[in-house]
Amino acid sequence: MTATTADPPPAPPVPRRRGVELALLVGAVLIAVLGYLAVGLGKHHALPPDAAVYGAGLGALALLAHLVVRLRAPYADPLLLPIAVLLNGLGLVLIYRLDLETPGDSAAPTQLVWSTLGAALFIAVVAFLPDHRVLQRYAYLSVATALVLLIVPIFFPAVNGAKIWIRFGGFSFQPGEFAKVLLAVFFAAYLATNRNALAYTGRRLWRRLPWLQLPTGRVLGPLVAIWLLSVVVLVLERDLGTSLLFFGLFVIMLYVATGRTGWIAVGLALAAVGAFAVGSLEPHVHSRVQDWLDPYASINAGRGPGQLAQSLFAFAAGGLTGTGLGLGHSILIGFAAKSDFILATAGEELGLVGLTAIFLLYALLVARGLRTGLSLRDPFGRLLAVGLSAILGLQVFVIAGGVMGLIPLTGMAMPFLAQGGSSVVTNWAIVALLMRLSDSARRPRPEPSRGAGAGLDGDGDDRHDNRTEAGS
Amino acid sequence: MTRYIRRIAAFFLLLLAALLVNSARIQLVEADSLDRNPANRRATVARYAEPRGPILVDGKAVTGSRDTRQPLRYERTYTQGPLYAPVTGYASQTYGTTLLENAEDALLSGTDPMLAPFPFWHEITRSRQPGGQVATTIKGAMQRAAYDGLAGRRGAVAAIEPFSGRILALVSSPSYDPGLLSGTGTAVTDAWTRLTGDSAQPMLDRAIRQTYPPGSAFKIVTAAAALDAGTVTDVAAPTDIEEPYVLPGTATVLPNEAEGCDRASLEYAIRWSCNSVMAGLGVRTGLTGMLDTARKFGFNDSGLRIPSGVAASHFDTEMSDDQLALSSIGQFDTRATPLQMAMVAAAVANGGELKYPYLVDRTLAADGRVVSRTGQRTYGRTMNPLTANRLRRMMIDTVEDGTATNAAIDGATVGGKTGTAQHGVGNSGLPYAWFIAWAQAGNSGRPAVAVAVVVEDAAADRADISGGGDAAPIARAVMEKALGR
Repeated sequence: MTATTADPPPAPPVPRRRGVELALLVGAVLIAVLGYLAVGLGKHHALPPDAAVYGAGLGALALLAHLVVRLRAPYADPLLLPIAVLLNGLGLVLIYRLDLETPGDSAAPTQLVWSTLGAALFIAVVAFLPDHRVLQRYAYLSVATALVLLIVPIFFPAVNGAKIWIRFGGFSFQPGEFAKVLLAVFFAAYLATNRNALAYTGRRLWRRLPWLQLPTGRVLGPLVAIWLLSVVVLVLERDLGTSLLFFGLFVIMLYVATGRTGWIAVGLALAAVGAFAVGSLEPHVHSRVQDWLDPYASINAGRGPGQLAQSLFAFAAGGLTGTGLGLGHSILIGFAAKSDFILATAGEELGLVGLTAIFLLYALLVARGLRTGLSLRDPFGRLLAVGLSAILGLQVFVIAGGVMGLIPLTGMAMPFLAQGGSSVVTNWAIVALLMRLSDSARRPRPEPSRGAGAGLDGDGDDRHDNRTEAGS
Repeated sequence: MTRYIRRIAAFFLLLLAALLVNSARIQLVEADSLDRNPANRRATVARYAEPRGPILVDGKAVTGSRDTRQPLRYERTYTQGPLYAPVTGYASQTYGTTLLENAEDALLSGTDPMLAPFPFWHEITRSRQPGGQVATTIKGAMQRAAYDGLAGRRGAVAAIEPFSGRILALVSSPSYDPGLLSGTGTAVTDAWTRLTGDSAQPMLDRAIRQTYPPGSAFKIVTAAAALDAGTVTDVAAPTDIEEPYVLPGTATVLPNEAEGCDRASLEYAIRWSCNSVMAGLGVRTGLTGMLDTARKFGFNDSGLRIPSGVAASHFDTEMSDDQLALSSIGQFDTRATPLQMAMVAAAVANGGELKYPYLVDRTLAADGRVVSRTGQRTYGRTMNPLTANRLRRMMIDTVEDGTATNAAIDGATVGGKTGTAQHGVGNSGLPYAWFIAWAQAGNSGRPAVAVAVVVEDAAADRADISGGGDAAPIARAVMEKALGR
């Protein structure tokens, strides 16, 4: 789309691909409903009586979201919504399936309510947020809200050792989940404004290493302060998964904004120091690191398998093609089977084939998000797209790697799949923002009016970007 | 920025690759070893996911299954647990399996490849078949008669069909309910602690897993050896073995309970259970001859399976003459299981040919298709047919006019031999009362049953314990059921 000439030729119509989206949505809803039926057949040799209602509900939500997208974001990426619906539907199936093993504690209805809320938020964002650049104005409001959200749970009692929940009435939610989106908005806005200062000013620490250059404290200071504050709060609340996520998000966005490899080196070094300190000082984390180093230690000590060993047993039991929905025994993992360890159920009952499919769905989601970042022209939008994709990607890797023994376990929710209201709602919000961003990215640009705006943001790096895009 | 976003994309691609490689590692490469990890309960869960196949007596199930709705879903139940415990054993989710539950576990739990409709069916479908059925040779009425006859006293009964080797009754007393051990949890561990700690040893299968000194009941073996070896040629002729009998090479006198044993004939010695004559005949027959005959009856065979393993009965292979003398009357180191002594009686009844004892008549798939049938097998020829005929006569005499008149049944031919076994240091323990017998209906060409009864009643007055008084009535009750009365 290099429509920079003064007299544009009649542009070929930009494909909107809404039909593709609809077809994929029908497929996604169908897969979820069939999964629901399979659970009933596998577990009770009978079709679940409420399958029709369930399918109709999910279908109606998907259809409504699709209609709003058609009206308000017609150029948005056609893959994002179907992937979100499929993952959310699959998550509901897995939670419903695990509910059958714990008769006193059914989580699927609650999850369905939260999913509906999430979809409603998606619809609201797509319908009422005209342009993502509006968000740039609210950068400082975002960060203030994020910090408040992060700090509030300190005043609520801890659950399972972590003070990350707010409870009122029968509901509870994790404000930290929403905070990560707000923080991504702030990082994107701040970095978009200050990235030149960050990239090109400051002192070089050592002449031999040109990439190791510190920007001035005036520019870097506020950013680091806010990031440090949130990480410290999270560490105090013992939400180490989210603090790790914030850390990764910060490093990735800083790198994309400045292009300085040094940031990654510094980030990794800091992460290593921090991880070592927390891992050896904090008993809860220390035990998880021990668990990761030897998942079978408790078995050898005669205390039976721990959660991680149970999780590995579940994955192994799945093998290549899985046991089939409803026919596995991942409930042996224990109390976190529906939340942190839901992927083990997928691994056991859908096998390596199903697990690979799920990973590829996430990868596709992240890839489409990054692709949106590449196609956008304004630095804020690009950084926001990268940040939101990074939140999803990092979260998937950290939790999947954790439950499969690749890295030490940190308590985090598998996006869309795991039980957890605030998580589902937040992920719907992320997808909604990505939809909005991709709509801007793929929308044919009304050139004259937009040119001036782009010129204001433009700098050497952007011009370079344009060249690459023209070439690709 | 484009370049950096691309690099971030490459970074996420790397993370994706790490996840995919790692899941392939766990789910394909390490899956087998993780599946086999003893701490992994999946195999156990799968094992109890379906009801266990039943064990049948007289074609009716004496076991069942209870759906607990727990992860280990089906628990074993026993309809008449204590009665059949020495046959079935237990199938416990906590303590494993014993006896038939153990020997036929693959069939009962459905993993036996023979249950599959086609070869390699399991390998292809990775499925289990419904548990198969095990039909036993036990006759419920005989089992009940033996169990009621013991009436909770410590002891055991084994009954065999002589011409086939089918085990018709196998009772151990006191018994226990194997159903108490079926599941998991504290009720089960408590029951286990109580049962294993009980001084009466209710979980000991006395019929096949406990050996006792057989006492005078062993004299049948000694008589067979003496006749086969030619030590005695005329059963009615007086022997030159004097009373009192002094153990060879010692000054110890072997006492007789019976009258008239001085230089008595073999016939008389069996009928009235003369220690002196039988000890002397054993010594004359010699260690080789005695050992040879004892082995033919099944002594010193540690490989006997019915299909549950049977404890080896024992006859020493190296002995001095005084020890051989004691062994010949079932004392010293000689020990036998009740099943072994039933085999002795069965061999005599069956003309000297001993059939291999067996407890499983046939196994069936859940749908009733026969999976396997146990064929009759000859264990061996224990003695000449002529010797067997003479022994039969002597045992009949013992019942008609001897120590075993308590075993007589109207209208049937019954042969028997009593035994009272001393044991303990210096014979300080209460003696065991033995009785071995066989019975043949008057109109039948072959014996219907051979039985061995042992009663080790610690509560009884010492003088009252005798094979004829305590054990013979139980044997008679069992034989009456075998004869259909």
